[in-house]
Amino acid sequence: MAGEEFAMTFIYPTDSNKAHPLPLSPDYKSSIKRAPNKPLIPMRHTLSELTGPVYGHETVRDGDNDLTRQHAGEPLGERIIVHGHVRDEDGRGVPHSLVEIWQANSCGRYVHVRDQHPAPLDPNFTGAGRTVSDASGYYRFVTIKPGAYPWGNHHNAWRPAHIHLSVFGYSFVTRLVTQMYFPNDPLFPFDPIFNSVPDEKARARMVSSFDLENTKPEWALCYRFDVVLRGKNATPMENH
Amino acid sequence: MHESVKPDGITPSQTVGPFFKYGLTPNGEYAWNDAFTNSTLTPDVSGDRIRIEGRVFDGDGVAVPDCMLEIWQPDAQGRFADPQDKRALPNASFRGFARCGTDKDGNYAFETIKPGAVPDPDGKPQAPHILLAVFGRGMLRHLYTRIYFSDEAGNAADPVLALVPTDRRATLTAVREAGKPVYRLDLHLQGENETVFFDV
Repeated sequence: MAGEEFAMTFIYPTDSNKAHPLPLSPDYKSSIKRAPNKPLIPMRHTLSELTGPVYGHETVRDGDNDLTRQHAGEPLGERIIVHGHVRDEDGRGVPHSLVEIWQANSCGRYVHVRDQHPAPLDPNFTGAGRTVSDASGYYRFVTIKPGAYPWGNHHNAWRPAHIHLSVFGYSFVTRLVTQMYFPNDPLFPFDPIFNSVPDEKARARMVSSFDLENTKPEWALCYRFDVVLRGKNATPMENH
Repeated sequence: MHESVKPDGITPSQTVGPFFKYGLTPNGEYAWNDAFTNSTLTPDVSGDRIRIEGRVFDGDGVAVPDCMLEIWQPDAQGRFADPQDKRALPNASFRGFARCGTDKDGNYAFETIKPGAVPDPDGKPQAPHILLAVFGRGMLRHLYTRIYFSDEAGNAADPVLALVPTDRRATLTAVREAGKPVYRLDLHLQGENETVFFDV
């Protein structure tokens, strides 16, 4: 039998993964040659899957969560607060989780050298930030609202405005990269990346909500976005 | 209260897209610092220092220049730098995590140490391995695979490799170059030599 020192506190049901898009989603053309053709091989989680990186204070610097203060001046666009909790499936906050974001500027242009969208770059905006969730799982960013932008997937294809998020959580299998969208975007029905998520309720979990209560008067609007990670069954893996 | 509502499921994955580099792997090319590098090495880490390198290809055999790879591994004694591993060494600077973007020719490389053996859920040793997560444009969710080592006798008895058809195990095995602490492993997202990915 397993030694007690190997027992883990949480298990991560693979059923939760049904919320994710299938690897091949032909309407998103780039997936056609980059999705595996062979089925993924199921396996039991071992200590390797059930553990994950822990961050030191050196990973995040003061102010890294404010994307409007990284340059000499302030970026153009609509200043917003994006905040929420990193949670598990039972709603418990996930503390001390690294959250990294990156996004286009208010005109829908990324600072990346390969972005050729003919919209202006903003010398006062890079579009990258990071923070660590606090003891309750809460995180907060200050940024500007990104613009929609065209892409070459199909005729007249435009991505709905979004912020990319990268989150770690408790283990290597809770790792998540997703995109946060804004409420009532008219581009939703036409976006193959948003619609690669088959379930409507699951798609709704990628859309932030307008948070009037936490808007800062005379300064910034606010959107709330909770990130929900795997980690449902807080049961011991074995009895002692 | 918003906070008390139990979520109706997890947040779905979305692709990292083509433009993650300035945020996740800027490596001096953008006005942003790297949270992580492609090295797990720290001054106090013990164990055999190795380099793992290779290229990433799509289903047409074309190099993938916009992948991000992340590795997670234990120290040379098989201990993870995570308090959830009860055998973790407190205060060690080795974290066991690294991140690397592919270059224009699809190349990646990690500098790390050879990991020690980690027990499986029954307490039996697994062969030394590193977990690898693959992210990229066109990949709506990242893929999980493992890196094993060609010079490990324990591979033959590894319980996870045993789940993999014999003719596909080579896709998980980094091959040691003669006389150098360098291992080579190419990744194929699709096609004849498709890398084995795990449903975890």
